[in-house]
Amino acid sequence: MVPEQALLETEAPVEMITLVIDGFEVSVPKGTLVIRAAEKLGIQIPRFCDHPLLDPEGACRQCLVDIEINGRAFPKPQASCTIPVENNMIVKTQLTSPVAEKAQAGIMEFLLINHPLDCPVCDKGGECPLQNQAMSNGRPDSRYEGVKRTFEKPVPISSQVLLDRERCVLCARCTRFSEQIAGDPFITLNERGALQQVGIYAEEPFESYYSGNTVQICPVGALTGASYRFRARPFDLVSVDSACEHCSSGCAMRTDIRRGKTLRRLAGDDSSVNEEWNCDKGRWAFKYLTSRERVTSPMIRGADGELHEASWPEAIAFAASGLKGKRAGVLVGGRATVEDAYGYSKFARVALATNDIDFRSRPHSDEETSFLSRVALGLKTTYKDIDKADKVVLLGFEPEEESPIVFLRIFKQVRKRALAVISDAPFASRGSEKLSAELVSDISAISGLTAKSVILVGERLAENVGALSTALALAEKFNAKLAWIPRRAGERGALSAGAISTLLPGGRPVSDASARVDVATAWSVDSLPTNPGRSTSEILLALSVKNLDAVVIGGVDPLDISNEALTQLLNSFVVSLEISHSSVTAIADVVLPVAAVIEKSGSFQDWQGSSRAFDKAIDDSLSRSDVRILSMIADEMGSPINLPTVAATAREIAALGVWDGKVPAFEKAATEKLTGSDGKLNLTSWRLLLDLGTLQDGEANLAGTARKATAHISPARAEKLGVKSGDQISISSDLGSISLPVAISSMSDDSIWVPRNSIGSQVLANLGFIAGPVKVVKA
Amino acid sequence: MTSASKLTPVLSANWDEKDSFTIEGYKRNGGYKAVAKALAMSPDDVIQTIKDSGLRGRGGAGFPTGSKWGFIPQGDNKEHYLVVNADESEPGTCKDMPLLLANPHVLIEGIIIGSYAIRANHAFIYLRGEVVHVFRRVQQAIEDAYKAGLLGKNIGGKGFDLELTLHAGAGAYICGEETALLDSLEGFRGQPRLRPPFPAIAGLYAKPTVVNNVESIASVPAIINNGIEWFQAMGTEKSKGFTLYSLSGHVNNPGQFEAPLGITLRELLELAGGVRTGHKLKFWTPGGSSTPMFTDQHLDIPLDYEGVSAAGSMLGTKALQIFDETTCVVRAALRWTEFYKHESCGKCTPCREGTWWLVQMLHDLEDGKGTEADLTKLLDLCDNIAGRSFCALADGAVAPIMSSLKYFRDEYLEHQRNGGCPFDPVASTIFKTVGA
Repeated sequence: MVPEQALLETEAPVEMITLVIDGFEVSVPKGTLVIRAAEKLGIQIPRFCDHPLLDPEGACRQCLVDIEINGRAFPKPQASCTIPVENNMIVKTQLTSPVAEKAQAGIMEFLLINHPLDCPVCDKGGECPLQNQAMSNGRPDSRYEGVKRTFEKPVPISSQVLLDRERCVLCARCTRFSEQIAGDPFITLNERGALQQVGIYAEEPFESYYSGNTVQICPVGALTGASYRFRARPFDLVSVDSACEHCSSGCAMRTDIRRGKTLRRLAGDDSSVNEEWNCDKGRWAFKYLTSRERVTSPMIRGADGELHEASWPEAIAFAASGLKGKRAGVLVGGRATVEDAYGYSKFARVALATNDIDFRSRPHSDEETSFLSRVALGLKTTYKDIDKADKVVLLGFEPEEESPIVFLRIFKQVRKRALAVISDAPFASRGSEKLSAELVSDISAISGLTAKSVILVGERLAENVGALSTALALAEKFNAKLAWIPRRAGERGALSAGAISTLLPGGRPVSDASARVDVATAWSVDSLPTNPGRSTSEILLALSVKNLDAVVIGGVDPLDISNEALTQLLNSFVVSLEISHSSVTAIADVVLPVAAVIEKSGSFQDWQGSSRAFDKAIDDSLSRSDVRILSMIADEMGSPINLPTVAATAREIAALGVWDGKVPAFEKAATEKLTGSDGKLNLTSWRLLLDLGTLQDGEANLAGTARKATAHISPARAEKLGVKSGDQISISSDLGSISLPVAISSMSDDSIWVPRNSIGSQVLANLGFIAGPVKVVKA
Repeated sequence: MTSASKLTPVLSANWDEKDSFTIEGYKRNGGYKAVAKALAMSPDDVIQTIKDSGLRGRGGAGFPTGSKWGFIPQGDNKEHYLVVNADESEPGTCKDMPLLLANPHVLIEGIIIGSYAIRANHAFIYLRGEVVHVFRRVQQAIEDAYKAGLLGKNIGGKGFDLELTLHAGAGAYICGEETALLDSLEGFRGQPRLRPPFPAIAGLYAKPTVVNNVESIASVPAIINNGIEWFQAMGTEKSKGFTLYSLSGHVNNPGQFEAPLGITLRELLELAGGVRTGHKLKFWTPGGSSTPMFTDQHLDIPLDYEGVSAAGSMLGTKALQIFDETTCVVRAALRWTEFYKHESCGKCTPCREGTWWLVQMLHDLEDGKGTEADLTKLLDLCDNIAGRSFCALADGAVAPIMSSLKYFRDEYLEHQRNGGCPFDPVASTIFKTVGA
């Protein structure tokens, strides 16, 4: 609606332009296009190529209107999607100008002459802008008696996106999106005249993390998603607003359900977060729910060592008896909703009387614990700060891989105004290249930041001890804005829900007596545990040496933490709250099935700390949210936590509010330098967006566009090893090895980078660690 | 006054000399004197001279060349570019190619002066790629100009630098549209750009750019050499100077006729030996196929910008295609429409889909199918295309259809009555001898 500049600087006064459209006066900010000024009046001018977030194209000519300025009329109707408003402009749309009306009907007739009219079998039929606008602004019948253009169909332009060329109206939305928004110009229009068509390059496949958006903004059924094609009719679907569970970007989503089954997910609109976009993982990774064997009933491990189905009361009683009076810890995992995380937090403190709780199912450090509990919740940086930043610094953070909507936001400013980006990545990833990022090896040497600079810290920065301290010092030195962007959707919410040893809900320090009293009063309990709690790795260690007896685990993959995690659990009483059977349920003493995102309500907090609540998409699900099950166990243990529903939990969280008292100072850690030793190279890694993550289970089409795993080394190192780009090398530790094709990048000669969890490159499982010295030889 | 005295050969004055295309031949006839004269002037004075001369674009639109140069913002610390549109592709148009073949240096001299005036240090010639012989000739001329110190660093010792790049287009008619040409020159697929910004503000590589036709730029040296008054003595009130008229088709002596603006077809036909002997004029285009056709009623219309416009067409490229009475106008309109369908870039709906449809309709009409209502429909489709498209290509595409229906509606109907084309297609061919 409002042009970019006006959105950016809402503080600055915006010059308003007044014009008349169809006899109605309207004032809009300078730079607004006529078509959008008309929208403001509720006048809809038909359009295909126009899209508010893409540069104007003026190609389809459907939005022609008559325009007059200062009494001088344009001799021909003008495309309202390309003309900015002016004072004293008089616009006559199809509603008041017979010329505009005929022009639009003429264009619509032209668009339809080569369109197949296969609406009854087209995915878009029923939600199709062409269909709808042909009805509202087209002629009642066609005068075309000739031969229609036909093409072979469909053409797969990637494993996810199919193209039916004869349906295409050549609006160039998809190609403009790919170039302007995603920075992936892998599709383009080629050929000419009526044979013009969307095409892909022979050697550059359409492997964009954002390709699904092209399907969503296609105004006809030319681009369809391979997973959804021919699966449903739009009018059979029930649409529910939802939140994305795949990362902390915080996308608004729409989930389309038919008869209790998710058929597709679409990007929702939220101009302050994801605008109208999402990534392909968010869009197309939802079969994890059905791909593995779902846990459908509570299960108890019997004397025979096997899991047996049990009734809910049996299983709850069994879990309660195994936990009551025992020394137990809680591992929450990074995918819990705010309400579920709050349930785990309260359960630990009230029912288990412990602070042994952690949401981090990934490598972590004491420095990070201090950062999270004393700094992270106080950070107020938002997407808007990226829009206005003079520089963006990426530390331990690959936005395109780890928070794709943050990437889009940065890329938007890079494209519009060449926003400077600095990254501490060991080599220039594709994302870094698109952002033209300047790579630095020493974070402390970064200079020239201002109060408008934004430092984005990823969860991986915690993997280098001292780096978070340096990042914080950097932010303080320049008074720059700082943000912590975890990878998983639940981490930020779990932190504010107190699912960490050092914090109670609302950021209250466990070490603060008044904070404990605060919470104890709200929870109607006498006192809260004061013992310093353990972190995830400490809980696992304590379990393995019998310093803890039991553990409650919610949705954690032990291999995300360490390759020893599973064995550390073996001798404890394990209560597993899970969606599907996993390595944890395989050793758990009691397994309690929980609801997946679409089956429950709740909320996620994105990296900004904003919450997005969602309702359950499937009404008749029998699955329960974690918090409700924990509440039942607590009741059974005689230490009730009184959280019978998600709604009640949300109310309690809101009533409790956030801590406004003192927060202890961050404890700095000295930098530990990693150096290569004995001719070994330093291994670094991060996860690619599309990889072997469990939430991508069962999505073969999605996996088809994953970036292939390659090991990056420097040119000098490649020469030393005697390998060329594409040759296989073997990377090994004491535990095992992986073999990958080489990619040669400008980077330190002593470093090697591999993807953390991709096909052929599962670092933790195969090498035993995610960073450290490895031996590299030609394979 | 004999008809030959109506000719004003300037650009074509020395075409009959066997070395007219060489730098020596060009210099012998006074070539490159205008460069020295212009470089001694201030750039603004050069612009003013061209403005005052009244030179208008010879590529078709007739926009004043000096004003176009004046649009380039000065003192903006940006690169400026001069781009010469030599992508001559309009059916019937054949003036720039013979000019470049016979006298390439006049263009280069004009480019040097024009670049100096707009403060450009890099100029480009976007030449139609199919005409390889012309490409080679211009390439050689540029090389010779570099060797003679007329291009490159410090031209004529006046401290003016100019690089000149010759680029071969890949054969798309749309690349004659100036913004599509710029896209193509930048290495993209040639499709017209959204305006504004206009090339004068953000043209080639988003820098201020002037795009001029070959003949416009080639006319500059003569104006600098001979002065405004000399130039204004030729032509009519608002259409000053000399220009190349290209006669083709059913004339006895087709070719280039350089004459003052405002000459009539009757006069030009006299110069060209008349319509094919034994035949009479049926219809003709004043400036290529994109300009609505005229008939034998229009023989005395002054062929200047205003005269042709007042008669309902456009001067265009002054490509006078002459058709005698053996030609079927439906067939001619169809062939032209097939050209536009083939050359439609595909960007916008009315041009892309409209030409696709028009070709099918015209095929049917040529075959004698349909009813009179189809002519109404045909005109309505043209109305839905003209003025609705992204660039002017589609306006040109419907011009032959609308104008032929205006003058020869009954011939369309005759096809229907006859159940097919009443003409013998062989009779109109050039190899058919007199009396066919």
